[in-house]
Amino acid sequence: MSGTTQYAVRMVHVTKAFGKKVIANKDVNLELKKGEILALLGENGSGKTTLMNMLSGIYYPDHGEIYVNGEEVSIRSPRDSFELGIGMIHQHFKLVDVLTAAENIVLGMKGKAVVNRRQINKKVAALAERYGFEIDPAKKVYNMAVSEKQTVEILKVLYRGAEILILDEPTAVLTPQETEKLFSVLRNMKKDGKSIIIITHKLNEVMAISDRVAILRKGEYVGVVDTSKTNQEQLTEMMVGRPVSLEVERPAVKKGEKRLHVIDLTCLNGDGVKALDNVSFDAFGGEILGVAGIAGSGQKELCEIIAGLYPAIGGAVLYSGEHNGVPVQENLLGMKPDEISKKGISMAFVPEDRLGMGLVAGMDMTDNVMLRSYKSGKGPFVDRKAPKKLAEKMIDELEIVTPGVDAPVGRLSGGNVQKVLLGREIACQPSVLIVAYPVRGLDINSSYRIYDLLNEQKKKGVAVIFIGEDLDVLMQLSDRIMVLCGGRVSGIVDPRKVTKEDIGLMMIHVNDSREGEAKA
Amino acid sequence: MLNTLNSLFIAAVLAGTPLLLGALGEILTEKSGNLNLGVEGMMFMGAITGLAGSYYYEQSVINGGGTPSGIVSAAIALVVSFAAGTLGALIYSFLTITLRANQNVTGLTLTIFGTGFGNFFGEYIGQQAGGYVAVSQVTKDVFGSVHIPVLSDLPVVGRLLFQYNWLVYFAIAVAVVMAWFFNRSRTGLNLRAVGEDPAAADAAGINITLYKYAATVIGGGICGIGGMYMSMVTTSGVWVHDCVSGYGWLAVALVIFATWSPARGVFVALIFGGLTIMRMYVSIPGLPAQIYDMLPYVATILVLVITSMRESKEHAQPKSCGLNYFREDR
Repeated sequence: MSGTTQYAVRMVHVTKAFGKKVIANKDVNLELKKGEILALLGENGSGKTTLMNMLSGIYYPDHGEIYVNGEEVSIRSPRDSFELGIGMIHQHFKLVDVLTAAENIVLGMKGKAVVNRRQINKKVAALAERYGFEIDPAKKVYNMAVSEKQTVEILKVLYRGAEILILDEPTAVLTPQETEKLFSVLRNMKKDGKSIIIITHKLNEVMAISDRVAILRKGEYVGVVDTSKTNQEQLTEMMVGRPVSLEVERPAVKKGEKRLHVIDLTCLNGDGVKALDNVSFDAFGGEILGVAGIAGSGQKELCEIIAGLYPAIGGAVLYSGEHNGVPVQENLLGMKPDEISKKGISMAFVPEDRLGMGLVAGMDMTDNVMLRSYKSGKGPFVDRKAPKKLAEKMIDELEIVTPGVDAPVGRLSGGNVQKVLLGREIACQPSVLIVAYPVRGLDINSSYRIYDLLNEQKKKGVAVIFIGEDLDVLMQLSDRIMVLCGGRVSGIVDPRKVTKEDIGLMMIHVNDSREGEAKA
Repeated sequence: MLNTLNSLFIAAVLAGTPLLLGALGEILTEKSGNLNLGVEGMMFMGAITGLAGSYYYEQSVINGGGTPSGIVSAAIALVVSFAAGTLGALIYSFLTITLRANQNVTGLTLTIFGTGFGNFFGEYIGQQAGGYVAVSQVTKDVFGSVHIPVLSDLPVVGRLLFQYNWLVYFAIAVAVVMAWFFNRSRTGLNLRAVGEDPAAADAAGINITLYKYAATVIGGGICGIGGMYMSMVTTSGVWVHDCVSGYGWLAVALVIFATWSPARGVFVALIFGGLTIMRMYVSIPGLPAQIYDMLPYVATILVLVITSMRESKEHAQPKSCGLNYFREDR
């Protein structure tokens, strides 16, 4: 390795466009030194993944050159890529569910015509041990937790002898503890002489793991800085293009009355396993109740049961509020959404799957707004004027960027889609507002606008239930945090009194945090 | 009674074999993520070309003053019907894999095309031959039951297991080889990955286009051989208008019944074969023949209901089946 070049990868003037209009990367330069960890930072849609996919052979650049270890290369397929020693761990895991860990790892590799499963299992286990992973090579992928799947992905590229590793948002699905473990593995690999690019938009992680940071903004290369010579504020400014306050507000509001009283809620998932197990909590007006937990801990079921979309096998969801001055007290369990609204209860639900459950992608804004109100009219014809007016008002107030109310919502960007959905739900003046991962896939600006909207609702006395994944935000925004672990409540805490690590432990242990620490 | 059961079993094997071949071809195709609904069409293409291959071979030898060899004739039927099936599947592959056309529409079109192709040329060759087209006795003999020394002479067992035509054993051999291929071989593992999750397979460096083309085209060839069975064995080497008549569709249903496993395919083909010829062996007075004809389809519906109720990841349709793959799709 004596001094042929100090760069493992050099991308020069790389441009990639999708169709004529969408330019994902424009004239981007990127350098990865040998044996360093480079963080690639940028907002969603800034072209980070596209850029890396050109190294992994998924996309082919329209212009520009790529050099690997000093030599110009042409990467036309994933096979070319790993023959050059580049391995990418994709954000959406590229694993075949019905195959085992070891089968996935050897997939597509040259070798004897017959697969000797015992032998590959042994080899995979040995490799895992070398880097400090725990894994059962014979386990099927569909039986695995997310962090296990990620381990398989990493082993897959290591097994192929990759010297250059690219990780696309690897921590998005991990708990703080799992993240720390991943980082220590990455540091091991760096010691082993491997060069690593890590894609992320989490600033604290950039600071924790990287040697240098390269920043992309709207598909263009902004610059590169040494991690030791920068700080989060500077990075944000480079990423967004102007200074942004990173503080999330938590306005003090007098706690209102009890809106929801959830008792011993239990439900099954599609496989007949308990997705929620005796979940009990209260939600008060004028409060944001944060819900933390590893993905798939029962958050989806919880939201959907309250909204009347999913059956429970036990428990109760008691609502108390008022409608036109008349007090309303109901058990919502077992009611359909329209029955709930007929009782005069205004329940708003912003689901995780915005274009699947929340909005109809092919319909325009007016029609989507109308989905909430079309039943209220008399006669066989629908009233289009009122929803159109509301849609126009939403565009104004929420600064939605759209060609007009007639444009299909599916064509809007993620942040604008979310504003349409949240705007519509807020417009029916809910007394309970459930939002699931409202800022997932949104850039910093849109995210902060969403936080503001939630806070406005809180000030109006709405009981807000906020399912989140970013613990930092959850802790800054929520008044109380309920932590779910495998469908059970492992605790309801005051975010001002606990640390992020406490919550992280509660996400993986149902016991209280001190006991959890003793075990870990 | 026992005699009837034995006869029913033998008839079921004979009727089930073309279904098995069609289903095996379709299993191979679907494992690559292609749902080819053109099985019926490819079977028709195999049926007429296999028959025509044998017939023209015999004619040319007879015109030359020689005596045709039955084995050569059968070999020609095998090769030609396989080639015809691959041709049909190649059209399908080009449209769906290269041009990314809708798989369902393309498959249905292939069925319509193949049906017309088979019936048109069947009638045409029949007209040329003076009324109807039939292969000579030597070829018919090769497609008759085999005689394996000792084994075929065993009492009962010999008749039940060792006295079928060679295509029956050929089909079972294909099933065994295919089962081994999916479960043990590296290429088979890669193929399953392509059908389950092409994006993952692609990222692992597998040539998706190559695998899809190869599996679909070979699968089509196997379907073609299944068609040839219909014209050479079921109708004894005589072209009968519409001779495949729905067997291709039954084969598609059989794939589901077999839960995409070639080994299970052998047993369920036997059941389906039995259902199709049931009325000749178990007659209930007053029950119209049409009711019997419905049995395989009723069974298919039942199977669909049952299989959709229990969700097992391994015994399900390959996940990307029916979807076309484009690497740069966003």
